Amino acid sequence: MFLTQPQAGTNYDVIVVGSGAGGGMAAYQLAVAGLKVLVLEAGRRYDPVTETPMFQLPKDAPLRGAGTREKPFGFYDATVDGGWDVPGEPYTTAPGSTFRWWRARMLGGRTNHWGLISLRMGQYDFKPRSRDGLGADWPLDYADLAPYYDKTELLIGVYGADTGLENTPDSPPGVLLPPPAARPSELLVAKACKGLGIPETAAHRAVLTVRQNGAALARRIHPDNALARRVLAASMNSRAACFWATDCGRGCSIKASFQSPTVLLPPALATGNCHIVPDAMVREITVDRAGRATGVHYIDKLTRTDRHATARVVVLAASGCETARILLNSKTSRFSNGLSNGSGLVGKYLMDTVGAGISGQIPTLENLPPYHYDGAGGIHRYMPWWRYQDQLAGKLGFARGYHVEYGGGKGMPGPGIFGGLENFTDGAYGKRFKEEARRFYGSFVWFDGRGEMIPNEDSYCELDPDVVDQWGIPVLRFHWKWSEHETRQALHMVQTFAQIIDAMGGKVVGTVPTEGARAIAAGGQIIHEVGTCRMGDDPRTSVLNQWGQSWEVKNLFVADGASFVSNADKNPTLSIMALAWRTSDYLVEQLKRGDL
Amino acid sequence: MIGRRQAIKAAAAAVGALPILDATLSEAQQGAPPRQAGAAAPAAGPRGGPWDPDLIHPRPGPWPRKLSSGELITLSALCDTIIPADEKSPSASAVGVPAWINEYVSHDSNQNALVRVRGGLAWLNLESNRRFGRPYVRLTQAERIPICDDICYLPKVRPEFQPGARFFDLVRDLVAVGFYTTREGMADLGYIGNVALPKFPEVSAEVRARLGVS
Repeated sequence: MFLTQPQAGTNYDVIVVGSGAGGGMAAYQLAVAGLKVLVLEAGRRYDPVTETPMFQLPKDAPLRGAGTREKPFGFYDATVDGGWDVPGEPYTTAPGSTFRWWRARMLGGRTNHWGLISLRMGQYDFKPRSRDGLGADWPLDYADLAPYYDKTELLIGVYGADTGLENTPDSPPGVLLPPPAARPSELLVAKACKGLGIPETAAHRAVLTVRQNGAALARRIHPDNALARRVLAASMNSRAACFWATDCGRGCSIKASFQSPTVLLPPALATGNCHIVPDAMVREITVDRAGRATGVHYIDKLTRTDRHATARVVVLAASGCETARILLNSKTSRFSNGLSNGSGLVGKYLMDTVGAGISGQIPTLENLPPYHYDGAGGIHRYMPWWRYQDQLAGKLGFARGYHVEYGGGKGMPGPGIFGGLENFTDGAYGKRFKEEARRFYGSFVWFDGRGEMIPNEDSYCELDPDVVDQWGIPVLRFHWKWSEHETRQALHMVQTFAQIIDAMGGKVVGTVPTEGARAIAAGGQIIHEVGTCRMGDDPRTSVLNQWGQSWEVKNLFVADGASFVSNADKNPTLSIMALAWRTSDYLVEQLKRGDL
Repeated sequence: MIGRRQAIKAAAAAVGALPILDATLSEAQQGAPPRQAGAAAPAAGPRGGPWDPDLIHPRPGPWPRKLSSGELITLSALCDTIIPADEKSPSASAVGVPAWINEYVSHDSNQNALVRVRGGLAWLNLESNRRFGRPYVRLTQAERIPICDDICYLPKVRPEFQPGARFFDLVRDLVAVGFYTTREGMADLGYIGNVALPKFPEVSAEVRARLGVS
């Protein structure tokens, strides 16, 4: 149930900080395992079923739905109380660094507006240092996580196709849902890619294209847990399949897309073992004289008062940087550098995804008949990285790869439509403007690369020595630097996209950047920040072991992207959930054996 | 039923001694108003304001509109020059575009646009008077064209018309957004989305042939 404070008289087994991808998965797995779970969520209670604007139009929104400071991704975007700014909760960046930090303050966090792209890390991605000498290896490999990828994909529902491509793992038969058909613009891009030797295939996204058979799936996922089967089957059966309208960034009132509040939290709550306290901003973890975690201090935001919640185990899933922030703020005389930070690595090796993109105008796409481009509310197709061998041989000048997301066509008219059209029409206005608009509508395609960054010593977050937020909590200060591995990769992206546009007989919109440093998106802009409490085999060079367990505080775990050792060109959320599941299984096992 | 302070003491005793930094002030000590025991769980739903608006029942921006009625008349005439009525769809002014532009330029974050639009409208009337002795709204269609032709494409504009061209460029962008986000504008383009479909359609053989794909 939802509460305004922890239930008096309840001895919680686990506190989970955060209700997003990692927190939601941990809360669910721990609750079905029979543990008493208290979830503390900094944002307000939020319900996609009653709050998502499924068919509301831009014309009815302020500024035709355009992005503003308070709603940067547009009026109808699901994000509550956040974006690049969170009111009353600043962060700082060091001189010479540029880092943008996206935060949502809502139940389910950023799973409410994410792109839903769900790609498995491949074998290369777990052992990158062994492969090319850069960065660090994970303390586990693909074989260890594969069963959790299988189960996570089955649980949340992911559409896509298997490819057999290098370092692009396939799922077992019957796991992936049928992908949506390619749209006209995608057929043309596919043809151009084929001619260029670039593999183009169905994207993997956490959207139901068919309804789930709750009983069958729950039996497959939880063969030994009757409680889990009951709550999960009921939850799955309450989700509808996508009806091919509404951008997923708005959320989904029919539960076709994956959001923690519609897929993980309801079955967790249905066990009766899970309590959720929203509007709870965790500040620090408390420890006893033996150095064991005892609970957390948090601010009840509605009354602006400090509270203390206790449990046998604490799981941090506040998102990559917030988790590091909580540890750094958990100072005591024993842990003067923050909790679990004997290695000095909390906050270090912060990574984001490399992003760069261009768009093109394609004459072959002009004057086509009307077509339903809304589709699955996000990308239908993508290109996995295809230059592994050349790259390893040193032919590319940068060490890691990227995948390509793309789209375009006759989407819903909104703010920005036909901006720049004058460059294609010699400044048309009047009746000619209308004729040109009809001709050019739907003839633009866009490409975005999403690539792997090498962790570096200059990219990290720490506590700002001077600034606290409105709750009195010291804020983070970010340091950021791209290396040439990233800027060259970004340049390769836009050059490749220009080739594809050319192969389609089209023309690049604007000019292609000639310098990688100009093409690359700012640090944090892609909103895949991971790595601040990395896992490892050695407590001197890592914060957590392979189970996401703190080396120094045995009853403290991390279940979000902070634990990542690398940030592959596979968007992190699926891996966050698979790892959170694996961490939860281990935690339950350890509690049962009395080892926590 | 034990009170909250006693519950915390009991929990603290259960987990062993807590370090000094862990001392918790009661809510009363922190100056909070008394909270009822067993307070109802928080409800979901937007709390209002620009960070958390009601998305189900959106309303146009509530800020005061800044353009004068005279400016709106001139703006309306220009909007209809840029997007006139034709056999397929109405003119921009017939579907509320001038009011949309007024909403846009009246927003705090668009002060530069406000200046550009106001200055441009004034300039437009100056230019109309200079050429024809009448304000823009009283020009014939044939008279409006040479003025607009001189300012419709920034890369090719003569230096003396640069400010006019920047103004026209901005207004055209706004007219396009205002017009094509209306139902009439979306229908004109042939946007057929924003409806639930039982099945997602494959691309037809006819279109595949036009695209040159199998």
